[in-house]
Amino acid sequence: MRGWLVSVLLVLLVACNGDRQGSEEPAPSRLAQPVALETDEHGRPLPRVLAETQVLYRGNAEEPQTLDPHLAEGVPSANILRDLFEGLTTTAPGGRIVGGAAVHWDISRDGLTYTFYLDPDGRWSNGDPVTAQDFVWSWRRVVDPQTGAAYGRMLAPVVNAGEVFAGRLPPEELGVTALNPTTFQVRLDDPTSYFLGLLTHPTTFPVHRESLEVHGSAHVRPGNLVSNGAYQLTDWQVRSRIELTKNPHFRIADQVIIERVVFYPFEDENTEFNRFRAGDLHWTYQVPSGQFRWLERNMSDALMVAPWFGTYFFSFNLTREPFRDNLELRRALNLAIDREIMTERVSRFGEIPTFNLIPPGLPDYEPPEPDYASWTQEEREAEARRLYLQAGYSESEPLTVELRYNTSENHRKIAVAMAAMWKDVLGVRTRMVNEEFRVFLQNRAQRRVTQVFRAGWIGDYQDAFTFLELFHSEHGRNDAGYDNPRYDRLLEQIASERIPSRRRNLMVEAERILLADQVVLPVFIYVSKRLVDPRLKGWEENIMDQHLTRHMFLLRERSAGVSPREDASE
Amino acid sequence: MLKYSLKRLASAIPTLFLLITFAFFMIRIAPGGPFDSERALPPEIEANLAAKYHLDEHLVIQYGRYLWNIARLDFGPSFHYLDWSVNDLILQGAPVSFTLGLLALALALAIGIPIGAWAAFRQNRAADYSVMSLAMVGISIPNFVMAPLLILLFAITLGWLPAGGWEFSPARMVLPVITLALPMIAYIARITRGSMIEVLHASFIRTARAKGMPSRNILFSHALKPALLPVISYLGPAAAAILTGSVVVERIFTIPGIGSYFVQGALNRDYTLVMGVVILYGMLIILFNFLVDLVYAWLDPRIRYDEQEA
Repeated sequence: MRGWLVSVLLVLLVACNGDRQGSEEPAPSRLAQPVALETDEHGRPLPRVLAETQVLYRGNAEEPQTLDPHLAEGVPSANILRDLFEGLTTTAPGGRIVGGAAVHWDISRDGLTYTFYLDPDGRWSNGDPVTAQDFVWSWRRVVDPQTGAAYGRMLAPVVNAGEVFAGRLPPEELGVTALNPTTFQVRLDDPTSYFLGLLTHPTTFPVHRESLEVHGSAHVRPGNLVSNGAYQLTDWQVRSRIELTKNPHFRIADQVIIERVVFYPFEDENTEFNRFRAGDLHWTYQVPSGQFRWLERNMSDALMVAPWFGTYFFSFNLTREPFRDNLELRRALNLAIDREIMTERVSRFGEIPTFNLIPPGLPDYEPPEPDYASWTQEEREAEARRLYLQAGYSESEPLTVELRYNTSENHRKIAVAMAAMWKDVLGVRTRMVNEEFRVFLQNRAQRRVTQVFRAGWIGDYQDAFTFLELFHSEHGRNDAGYDNPRYDRLLEQIASERIPSRRRNLMVEAERILLADQVVLPVFIYVSKRLVDPRLKGWEENIMDQHLTRHMFLLRERSAGVSPREDASE
Repeated sequence: MLKYSLKRLASAIPTLFLLITFAFFMIRIAPGGPFDSERALPPEIEANLAAKYHLDEHLVIQYGRYLWNIARLDFGPSFHYLDWSVNDLILQGAPVSFTLGLLALALALAIGIPIGAWAAFRQNRAADYSVMSLAMVGISIPNFVMAPLLILLFAITLGWLPAGGWEFSPARMVLPVITLALPMIAYIARITRGSMIEVLHASFIRTARAKGMPSRNILFSHALKPALLPVISYLGPAAAAILTGSVVVERIFTIPGIGSYFVQGALNRDYTLVMGVVILYGMLIILFNFLVDLVYAWLDPRIRYDEQEA
């Protein structure tokens, strides 16, 4: 019996070690390698380098809550919706905002009126033309309070959107008009420089009125769902697979190479990783934490890590002791944290240490670095000790603080490291509290029991404002309870500023105030991390982490190797 | 027998009612609601959603409404999977869990009973020790360890079987069924062995031996039936549990069964979905316990005689 166990363990050990040779040098993975990419004069791949079957298998985290673009929230559903539908604008592989359902547009001089000219070839997946009236109807649906659109505030810049949303005006009063079947006009309250970027968000996508009226809430089922994007829904097995097939009526269907894409939901990152290793997936949603070093060594040609538009930070509850009116203490706790150790030794996923709230990488925004960002860690710690004493604490009378986070192995590791650093540098005693996600959210929002708590934000649209607005005194997610009239006023100025350079300066000023007031304790910039089959091309890293299947294609395999298996059902 | 069955089934109704009531109020006590998310909803929208799902009514009225709906077998809309009703989700997931569970159950019985009986027959010999040590290992290795080991060996290293997924293909069922069955095989083998040893020492077996009956006949026609009684009583609740799916196995093999809904439903505060799976599980427990009693009566004549006398 013992012999049996030993032999099984030996087999497993050998299996693991097989990949581990050449420990430090990145070893070529056992994944199939593609032929060299050859393109025509338009940069499109030549048919001879393309794989015969263009079927893409994508891992996609949890099951989407819904495929109704107006009700959906969360990245997994957005990934699918961006393939199924197309907004007025869309993103190029590198994340640049380009024309989608609208081929071009005019913006009035005051920045308040946008006129979109729809692609006359735009078609729904049943062949109906996509019209300006479709957008009018869809946008009214979004702001109609009866719809309950989770992301309805994406349309907040549009005239009367707030009033309609609150039920004080009928949806017909929304500032949108169909000038003719292919011309759609939007009026805004304030010049919103990021408005074109908002239009890549699924909430602003059009829905097919007729099928909604016929099928009601069942309009998103396969067979019922009519979409205007590059793909149409052909199969949906809850928590098993969602299959999209190329939409033959799509306005530029001839440029879509992937014929079918299957999204698999995964509740467990290790499972997704195993499926990738077994050759079942071309694209994963994430990679298991703790496997990074191994992946760097053994699957470097598949591991893709890129900065993301999100920040991992902690927030102080400014409405309660000990942080209310105690800037020195907040500043001391902030300076005592060694970000390098956090990213190099704790989170260990190529994250980028930061002292800022807003991630770098925006085309028109440079986050203002606070002066202590350029100090050495020793200098920061010395300053932290000084401020700690100034705040009224000392080694004999240390601060006792509660650090709250939602249950997760990664959050726990980071919290433990923070507590250790605070203890080391300042002698702070930290009590760690972990809570189930919804309990945590409720406690954060109520601000009655929180002191320091984990927060984090992934930008909803490509503009610094998506971070700054969180700290408006009346924002629903201002869990820090930050209330600074000067900051609020700045936000209002930013919203109405038309001149890009002035607007940029105002935003820099706002972030500077936020950092000076030490509302948050930023730790690192998130990275997107995934495994991608080396044969899959046509996509590029971008900070919004948006990757439309219609840009992608599979290259032919160079020689024999592991290839994604076709579904057994096929 | 019929009267007995009807009586038993009638007594299930108050049990289910208590279960529903208890579960309904328990899940509502949990802090947070189904529509909480990191992106805070505007209060107007939250109010609209609450009204749409009747969450703005008094809890007792909601409870009454819920009872009325389930009386008509309508488990309501899911609060998390917005495109589906709880009925849809259970009707899609239950066949998956049932298929897996039944296969695992069949496998566990087909292997567990013979090896348990064999071990008993060879009591205190090498065969007995090895079977029982293996069974101990089977019970002790949790399925969240066993499943990844099986995947690593059979799917990644050897490439014989898929690493997960469902889509009703036999190859995809092998590993999850084995993972589910292994601990059950071990339990069943141990129970069978124990009760078989007891039966083999009973006087009617001694009589059979004295009459010169061959060992095989003694084992299969006389000893096995009474020895199975403890296995049967173990099977009642075990079958209900295995048929409603395993959270761990579903997660690791990405199987769209209903097991995950117990946990995911609770984490998402998907009130109706949690209620749906709890009621289903409750009904299965009641049903299987009832079946166990029937099988008992069939296997053990003494029970039948008692009833006739009464």
